[in-house]
Amino acid sequence: MRRLSEERTKVLFEKLAKYIGPNIKQLIERPDGVYCFREQKDRVYYVSENLLKLAATVPTENIVSLGTCFGKFTKSGKFKLNITALNYLGAYAQCKIWLKPSAEQQFLYGNNISKAGLGRISENCEKYQGVVVYSMSDLPLGFGVAARSTAECKMADPISPVCFHQADIGEYIRCEEDLL
Amino acid sequence: MDVVVSEILQKSESEALKYKSIEVKKHLELEYDLGTLLAVDNNDFESKFLRPDKREDYFLNLARDNTQLLINQLWELPTERVEEAVMVKLPPAKTLLPRMKPVPKPKSLTKWQQFAKDKGIQKKKKAKLSWDQQLQKWIPLYGFKRAQAEKEKNWVLEVPQNADPNEDQFAKKVTARSENVAKNELQRLRNIAKSKNVKVPRVGVTNPDNASSKELQTAVTVAKASTASLGKFQDKLPKEKEARGVADITPGASRKRKLPPVAGHIEKKENLEILDSILNKRPKMNIEQAVAKQIQSTKMDLSDNNHHERSKGGGSKSKNKMGKKPKGGKGQRSGGKNSAGRKRR
Repeated sequence: MRRLSEERTKVLFEKLAKYIGPNIKQLIERPDGVYCFREQKDRVYYVSENLLKLAATVPTENIVSLGTCFGKFTKSGKFKLNITALNYLGAYAQCKIWLKPSAEQQFLYGNNISKAGLGRISENCEKYQGVVVYSMSDLPLGFGVAARSTAECKMADPISPVCFHQADIGEYIRCEEDLL
Repeated sequence: MDVVVSEILQKSESEALKYKSIEVKKHLELEYDLGTLLAVDNNDFESKFLRPDKREDYFLNLARDNTQLLINQLWELPTERVEEAVMVKLPPAKTLLPRMKPVPKPKSLTKWQQFAKDKGIQKKKKAKLSWDQQLQKWIPLYGFKRAQAEKEKNWVLEVPQNADPNEDQFAKKVTARSENVAKNELQRLRNIAKSKNVKVPRVGVTNPDNASSKELQTAVTVAKASTASLGKFQDKLPKEKEARGVADITPGASRKRKLPPVAGHIEKKENLEILDSILNKRPKMNIEQAVAKQIQSTKMDLSDNNHHERSKGGGSKSKNKMGKKPKGGKGQRSGGKNSAGRKRR
C-alpha cells in the first residue's frame, strides 16, 4: 500500500478530470474526513484515513482490496478507470447521457450507444469527453467517451454511435473475478 | 663329509630355534582383505594376560601371530620372480576406505552453457573441412589455411548503401574482429570470476556502438545519479524507466522509492496543488469545439436572415416583433438543467 508518486497522481487526476472536471476537489476535500488515494499492485484505491489506519496492521502483500478501487495503471503507465469508480463518477459527473429504456440492455452488454438509444444528453458536451451514462430514472449505468459533441449529435443519423462504451454495471457479472 | 652335513643341520636347527614357528593356532579364523593387507582378528582377548604387567608382551605376541597369519596368506597367492625378488600380485581390495578429501564440486557452467542447458540447445559437430564453391577447394574450419582462403575470397568488399564511401571496409572488418575477440576474452574472465565467486567491478559500457539497450539504460541511470545531489534534481523523460540491478551504486535513485508517510492534511495539500496545476492548464486551442461553435453560429445567422426575408413585407411592425421575440440561440444556449437541447421553432 503506497502513496501515489507525483507522476501517477497527475495521470490519475488528468483521467478523472475528463469525467468530473473540477469536482475532483470534492473527492479530496471531504467534510466527513480525510480521504486519499493509495496504490497497491498498480491498482488505485480511494480510502478514508480511518480505514487506512486500520489497514496498517495488515501486511501489504495480504491486502487484496480496501476502500474503493478506482482503476489500475497499465504497464505502459496509463490509467484505466474501473466500473467500481462509478459511485463517485456518477455523483460528480459533468457530462451525462440518459438512455432510453430500450437501449439500456444493449449498453449493459458492453455495446456502444447509438443515436437511437439516446434519451437525453447534457449540453455543452464536447467530443471525446468522458461521459457518465444514466438510465432515464437517473440510475448510473456506466461511463464512456462521447463520440460526438452535443451539437453534432443532433445531426447524426440514428445508427451512428454517440458514446463509446468503456465500463458498465454489467461488468459486475461479466468480469466478476477481475473486479476488486 | 658326514661331519659337514651334521654341522649344517645343527646350525640350521639352532637358527630355527631363534625364530618362532610360522604356524599359529587360532580359535576363530581371521578375516583377510589381502588387497589392502588387512587382517581382522575376531577372537576374544585372554583376560589373564590383560593385567598391566603382562599386557605389553601379550599384545606384542598377538600382533606378531596375526601378522604371521597374514604373511602366510600372502604366500598362498601365486608368486613370481622378478630380478631376484619374489612378487605377489594382490587381489582387488574388498574394504572400502572413506576418502580423505571432500568430493570435488562439479565445475560451474559458463553463462552460455547454462543458457544452452536451459533452452535445450545441443552442440552440433562441425566438419573439419568444408567445400568452398567459390574457390573450388576444401577449406578447414580454422587455422592459417582458413585465414588464407578468407583473404583470397574477400579481395574486394562491397560498400553498404548508406555507408560513408571513404570508410575503409577492410579496416572496419579487422577492428570488428579484434573487438569480438576482446569481448570473448572479457566474457571468459567474467565466467571465471563467476565460478570462483569473485566480485568484479563494473566496467560500464565498453563499446557504445554495439551495446545493448539494457546496457545503455544502465549507463543512463548511473550517469543521472552521478550528481552531487544523487540525481534528485535531474529531469525525467515521460516514459523513462530506471535500470534494474544498479541500486547499490545509485543510492538516491532506487527504482521503487516509497514516498515517506505524511499526515493526511499535508497529502491533501499536495494533491490539491497537483490538481490545480492540471485544472489551470492553459487550454489548448480546441479545434473541434471551435468548429462546432462556428457551425452553430452560421446556422443561427442563416435562420435569422430567413426571418428577415419573411418579415420584409411587414415594415416597421416586423421590427417590433423582432424585438419581442425570445432570443433563440446565437450559438449560446442558456437553458437550465431540464431543457434538452435547443428549442425548436
